[in-house]
Amino acid sequence: MKPELFQLILPSTWESLYMTLISAALAYVAGLPLGILLVVTDKNGIRPMPALNTVLGTIVNLLRSVPFLILFIALRDVTSAIVGKAYGARAVIVALFVAAAPFIARMVESSLKEVDPGVIEASQSMGANTMQIICKVLLPEARASLLVGAAISITTILGYSAMAGIVGGGGLGAVAINYGYYRNETVMMWIMIVILVAIVQVFQEAGLYLSRVVDKRIR
Amino acid sequence: METAKEIIRIEGLNKTFHTKDGEVVALDNIHLEIAQGEIFGIIGLSGAGKSTLVRCMNLLEKPTAGRVFFDGQELGGLRRRELNEKRHSIGMIFQSFNLLMQRTALQNICFPLELVGTPKEKARERARELLALVHLEDKENAYPAQLSGGQKQRVAIARALATNPKVLLCDEATSALDPNTTRGVLSLLKDINQKLGVTIVVITHEMSVIEEICSRVAILDHSQIVEMGRVEDIFVKPQSKIARQLLFPAGKKEIKFGKGGRCLRIVFDGLSSYEPVLSSMVLECGYPVNILFADTRDIDGKAMGQIIVGLPEEEKAVHRMYAYLNTHGIRFEEVKDI
Repeated sequence: MKPELFQLILPSTWESLYMTLISAALAYVAGLPLGILLVVTDKNGIRPMPALNTVLGTIVNLLRSVPFLILFIALRDVTSAIVGKAYGARAVIVALFVAAAPFIARMVESSLKEVDPGVIEASQSMGANTMQIICKVLLPEARASLLVGAAISITTILGYSAMAGIVGGGGLGAVAINYGYYRNETVMMWIMIVILVAIVQVFQEAGLYLSRVVDKRIR
Repeated sequence: METAKEIIRIEGLNKTFHTKDGEVVALDNIHLEIAQGEIFGIIGLSGAGKSTLVRCMNLLEKPTAGRVFFDGQELGGLRRRELNEKRHSIGMIFQSFNLLMQRTALQNICFPLELVGTPKEKARERARELLALVHLEDKENAYPAQLSGGQKQRVAIARALATNPKVLLCDEATSALDPNTTRGVLSLLKDINQKLGVTIVVITHEMSVIEEICSRVAILDHSQIVEMGRVEDIFVKPQSKIARQLLFPAGKKEIKFGKGGRCLRIVFDGLSSYEPVLSSMVLECGYPVNILFADTRDIDGKAMGQIIVGLPEEEKAVHRMYAYLNTHGIRFEEVKDI
């Protein structure tokens, strides 16, 4: 039983990490600019554009309100068109991306809104343009909060990816559901749960640690 | 100084804010000229509109009406990019310092230089010069969280001066600092004004700040300028009720002297402070007076004092005192409730 167990655990752990990290990276590519846009175009932002802000906010809210599992199923046709099949790890990545990008946008938005408006005003008084304020003020000043947000986002995505196991996704979630639910092998399920918990802990702690290291507001 | 070229001119400035509770007028028909090289004060109680006024000078606030000229150019007509370029010539410091918390002192001073594309090494060199100017050479690598309030404001001053601005706007720059630190920052500002010739605009609610460094002052009350002139003249002969209020130290505002009787405010300059004016007056007139308030201060480098005395009831005695003060060239004015 031992070698079989490892043969099961290692690939599925790898698959979970692969799904999570790839989709997190892709989701940041979309979510980070979207979050910045939400802050900048806010009515109290540095370039207020109320119409655009409302449209973006509504899209984000709509996507955020669809439960992940339903989103995954609803996107099956789109997923097939993109990765060739509607099941497996790569299919899950497409759905994870769609679910995580708006989530990340909101995380980024709330981090950037923590930046002291006085500092932004000071940079405006020095003649900084919008791009300079984003790149030299908003993002660097919010970096500690952004890292905490990243840790939360990654662990949330890992949770979503495990859920996808029930409808043909891969990874630890699929193993836990197949063994624990369909075969009633409770031990196997618990092993998967422990691994999932351990991964979440690692990401969470690493995120908090990095955030503390880069934050110079603390003496 | 009166004939010097003006650097900032404000004409018919109005600013109205639209809030949930309706329109709030923050500034009402402001006319103002600030000469190159002077230290100009704007004083008022909180809510008078002074912070809005200073933000109109670099267009952080867009005026509702009126025109703002900087160095002969109307700022309202500039495009965004042109305005940003102009802002490199207008430094600004704030009550809450507004330093970048994730950058060291040196990196904070480099910030405005990065904005204008100064090469990194050159920027660092300039930043070090400025750190020396504000006496913080040893704090180069300190983060704002490791600095005291006074040190943070010094870094902010250095940062504001990095791009060699013509004007430095100070928005309540010393209001968060204790009296000693305030004095240090004010003398630094005065130094900078003299050494570099930078025009300084000081916004404050404390008359002591105005007295210490400003040559001219505008008094703002309820969105309007109620009085403007040389600080010394306003000290000697305040025209408005608000100016009188501001001449008394914090906590002594709106006190009623005596039983609401007539009071005399006698002002001394450096010359008369050595003579026993009050005793001589009492001896000569034969009527006692009650001293209600007295203090001395340093106005733009000159020692000035004021005494408020309650006047006797007898009209005859009051006339005699007036005559005495007039013949001795002592400046005075009758005041009711301050």
